Amino acid sequence: MTAKQQNLERFVGSDYPHGFVTDLETDSLPPGLNEEIIRQISARKHEPEFMLQWRLKAYRHWLTMAVPKWSKLHYPPIDYDQIVFYSAPKTSADGPKSLDEVDPDILRTYEKLGIPLHEQAQLAGVAVDAVFDSVSVATTFKKQLAEVGVIFCSFSEAVLEHPELVQKYLGSVVPYSDNYYAALNAAVFSDGSFCYVPKGVRCPMELSTYFRINSLNSGQFERTLIVAEEGSYVSYLEGCTAPIRDEHQLHAAVVELIALDDAKIKYSTVQNWYPGDKEGKGGIYNFVTKRGLCRGRNAKISWTQVETGSAITWKYPSVILQGDHSRGEFYSVALTNNYQQADTGTKMVHIGKNTSSTIISKGISAGHGSNAYRGLVSVGRKALNARNYSQCDSLLLGELCSAHTFPYIEVKHPTAQVEHEATTSKISDEQLFYCMQRGIPSEDAVSMIINGFCKEVFRKLPMEFAVEAQALMEVSLEGCTG
Amino acid sequence: MLQITNLHAQIQDNEILKGLNLSVQAGEVHAIMGPNGSGKSTLANVLAGQEEYRVTAGSVHFKGTDLLQLSVSERACEGVFVAFQYPIEVPGVSNVQFLKTALNSQRKYRQLDELDAIDFLQLLKSKVQEVGMEEQLLYRSVNEGFSGGEKKRNEILQMLVLEPNLAILDETDSGLDIDALKMVAQGVNAFRNTGVGKERAIILVTHYQRLLNYIKPDFVHVLFDGRIVRSGGPELALQLEEKGYTGVIAEEAAGS
Repeated sequence: MTAKQQNLERFVGSDYPHGFVTDLETDSLPPGLNEEIIRQISARKHEPEFMLQWRLKAYRHWLTMAVPKWSKLHYPPIDYDQIVFYSAPKTSADGPKSLDEVDPDILRTYEKLGIPLHEQAQLAGVAVDAVFDSVSVATTFKKQLAEVGVIFCSFSEAVLEHPELVQKYLGSVVPYSDNYYAALNAAVFSDGSFCYVPKGVRCPMELSTYFRINSLNSGQFERTLIVAEEGSYVSYLEGCTAPIRDEHQLHAAVVELIALDDAKIKYSTVQNWYPGDKEGKGGIYNFVTKRGLCRGRNAKISWTQVETGSAITWKYPSVILQGDHSRGEFYSVALTNNYQQADTGTKMVHIGKNTSSTIISKGISAGHGSNAYRGLVSVGRKALNARNYSQCDSLLLGELCSAHTFPYIEVKHPTAQVEHEATTSKISDEQLFYCMQRGIPSEDAVSMIINGFCKEVFRKLPMEFAVEAQALMEVSLEGCTG
Repeated sequence: MLQITNLHAQIQDNEILKGLNLSVQAGEVHAIMGPNGSGKSTLANVLAGQEEYRVTAGSVHFKGTDLLQLSVSERACEGVFVAFQYPIEVPGVSNVQFLKTALNSQRKYRQLDELDAIDFLQLLKSKVQEVGMEEQLLYRSVNEGFSGGEKKRNEILQMLVLEPNLAILDETDSGLDIDALKMVAQGVNAFRNTGVGKERAIILVTHYQRLLNYIKPDFVHVLFDGRIVRSGGPELALQLEEKGYTGVIAEEAAGS
């Protein structure tokens, strides 16, 4: 482990010993979960009655559910009585006062990733107001979006200001009964993002920079809902390549996307949460339910993800291809180093006629990392002429890591065309030696090979993020070669 | 340029080089010949810095510096190039990108400006013609799915692009048909001729005299049991062809 990783760990992991202990601040609820807690959460957010009722239904359903055990992940049981399910967004009083107080190694990492200075301060948890006026920037973006009719706000705000839209679409793609973590999220979700793009509107900007600034305090049970009306287009970027100060170990987010006729949604994620230390201690457990519904004819939903962080990643961004001629895409790079585990993939559910889907998954394992691709391609009884192409490639670095591929294919219509290709390769000492003999230093050689391996996916990322993603691979693999 | 003194090296516990001496000056072409297991490839790997080989005694000086103290990539950047007997495949990385990264890494090391894509491609295309390689191979992954001959040509192409001071060709002739052999020899000769007046030398490691018909060496050395047992001019290679290694080595033993 390099000094940088140690520092990262110290930085990101510094608050974990306290994070799980009851840390009663004025605006926190006691740990554990019961109906009273849920009522309190809803009350503090001044939610309308329908929200409270939905949360309670979700909670009651969650109580009847069992923790899913089918993944390749190994982790100790989570004690939900120890988790604080509501605490008001923290002020940064306990954080550093200025960038001068931030660990220089962290700053160097930010620099390598090309994070602008004002955002560095945000990410490092520096008291924001002193450095950067996020409110005014947010206002500028909002004005620009409002001019074309795009609603983009926090979920809490949407519940208060656009309850009819929330009520109409919330849970319409991922019902609260969907799975254990989705039910938990529905019961206790703290905040998240809401985006509504009206008919025929092409969202004038990547919803990214704005989101990055606002994502900081959205917490561990995030909920995102994006609705693209007929003929509209939106590109949405979630996450950040930089390690973000985070005090929660368990994250259970839900993302719902709805695309109507001829609408297109492009959703890109870069996830780089604290992965735990070299021995596998600590690190974030990330249990996410992401699903898109191509409800209209000719709708398209595209997921692109670069997952390098978290101790555990459990995530299957999926597309339900309900509208005729609709199209789903999934492009993924998942990297596991040290003791990280990832069980990730997608589901493409073909229901309408002439639907098509593409899956490109690249898994990279290093150290003791374990990387599993798990994907389902399902072609329903009425899905005439469905097509799918899947490609799952795994790359191994070293002797102790592992890669697994679990493709499930269910076809119920004779006209379906489903293709699946899978490869496993390895970066060998011989390859590194060969590159180094040509003058390429070993770490550059590793990142050259990795970037070559991932380029099909990186190409799908918005431009500025593709560059950051490449740098991120280098940072994430630092110290894994001799 | 290269001064190897009393070099001992082993792999695991097996001593393979047992006191090798060799001196190479700029402008010279040396051929090192010897039977299987005599230590030819070990010499190439030790000079390149392959970790599996451990140097237990002796020294190697290259352009005045202690080569053994440098890392693999530093040696390359200082100008040591090895054309491998079995070039490695690097899936996912195109030949063009690989060469550009390598050249620019070396330029950076030497504090030269890195070449941009346009200048680099221009340079590359002129070199591709010298080895008679198909241009489409540039856009394929490094050596992946290349035939034996294409891999060897690719090694020579890399040599021409990187322009090392010392090129060590480890059995580059093995497994080549006569046409491919001629092409490879043509590339090596181009490298030699354009290097006149520059700090440039070549070590050819080979089993057979055949390659030396096309690349004329200044010196020929016979490597046997980890030592150079005989050195001479090009005529020595012809003797080897005639009498075999055992004949020449026996003669040497009798004579001394």
